[in-house]
Amino acid sequence: MTTFDLAEAVLLGILLVTALAITRARRLFVAAMLGGLFSLVTASLFVLLDAVDVAFTEAAVGAGISTVLFITALALTNSREATTPRRRVIPAGLVAILATAGLIYASLDLPGVGDPNSPVQTHPVTDIYLEESQQDLHVPNTVTGVLASYRGYDTLGEVVVIFTAGIGVLLLLLGPRRPADETRDRAYLQAEYLVLRVVSKTLMPFILLFALYVLLHGEYGPGGGFQAGVIFAAGFILYTLMFGLAAVQRVLPMRTLVVLVAVGVLIYAGVGVATMALGGEFLDYNEFNPRNPSGGQLAGILLIEVGVGVTVAAVMTAMFYSLVRRGVRR
Amino acid sequence: MIATHYTYWIIFGLMMIGLYAVMSHGNLVKKLIGLNVFQVAVFMFFISLGRVDDGSPPIITEGIDVYSHPLPHVLILTAIVVGVATTSVGVAIAIRIYEAYGTVEEDTALARDAADEGAE
Repeated sequence: MTTFDLAEAVLLGILLVTALAITRARRLFVAAMLGGLFSLVTASLFVLLDAVDVAFTEAAVGAGISTVLFITALALTNSREATTPRRRVIPAGLVAILATAGLIYASLDLPGVGDPNSPVQTHPVTDIYLEESQQDLHVPNTVTGVLASYRGYDTLGEVVVIFTAGIGVLLLLLGPRRPADETRDRAYLQAEYLVLRVVSKTLMPFILLFALYVLLHGEYGPGGGFQAGVIFAAGFILYTLMFGLAAVQRVLPMRTLVVLVAVGVLIYAGVGVATMALGGEFLDYNEFNPRNPSGGQLAGILLIEVGVGVTVAAVMTAMFYSLVRRGVRR
Repeated sequence: MIATHYTYWIIFGLMMIGLYAVMSHGNLVKKLIGLNVFQVAVFMFFISLGRVDDGSPPIITEGIDVYSHPLPHVLILTAIVVGVATTSVGVAIAIRIYEAYGTVEEDTALARDAADEGAE
């Protein structure tokens, strides 16, 4: 048994125990925090499986943003769960056990984990992404190259989905709401969490700087627009948690955010339209610099990563703002 | 078989624990947390398919020849962010349901609907 196997087995074991604890926890705050732990351990597992870019995103999104999202949801609803009636447990358990058995049976046909002769590794596209990309794009991080250039249409679609989800949340939550409990919010804002406040204020510039670094360095190391966007948003969410919505809105008002949500998608689609105007196909970055196509690719990739980052950061922050607004009386 | 496939099996177990939480629990927030577990397990499955023995992260460096496949990484990287965006739509709907019914328990809300229909 190698160190890799041992580390993987330990992480998977922790994940199993955590997942079971999540389903059993009646106090939903416990379930939400365990969900954060689950994501953090998953991020470590992704590092072990060589997926550094994914690990980055999972750590920022799973352990950061979605945990905060669930906790805010609990603050606005009810944090205790009713006991699950037996008539629901037995059929659901049966379905889960049968489905697991079916999947395990089907997995016997899969190549083993890490098999160098598996169809994934021998498919012609593997060579294109790992070797030809170095002549076409000169982008060492192939994940960024594939995401922004080879599969640029796909990524545009994903950004539009995020944009749509953001609009959906804003429409659901910005409407009229029932009167909230004012005293509770005020008590929270007046509380003196001195250490937390000083630490988060000191961290703030570093978080934003790091997000910029991740955005601009995504072509050479792990990083890119999605990661940078969620790190930006995590910074602003942290600030909102510590200092309240009024303070953070002085820097980044909701109105600006709503505009930025659309600006990112427009930058991305605009790059596509620009390449068409220059005589190429939609999102064919070679057109930016026909004499030096890989230079044009570099410029195009950077531009659309900025677009992705803007939309992702704005959607995540706007969603959190609208959740918080729901509970605070203006 | 066990040595090469156990990763998949544990991942399937995690997926189904998530699915079980979605199916058996009546609390909408708990359902969303369960859905998250399910989703993350699917991500793990994809990433494990792209791994190659003795490989490196797919960032091209001199002196390294074996890399894991970048495509699953690309798909899952975007899926994570899309996942949190759609989860928050779910959370927003749960909050609106709570404001309308005073509960996020499926059974209580459905019983209230049934009672309303009976009263009409």
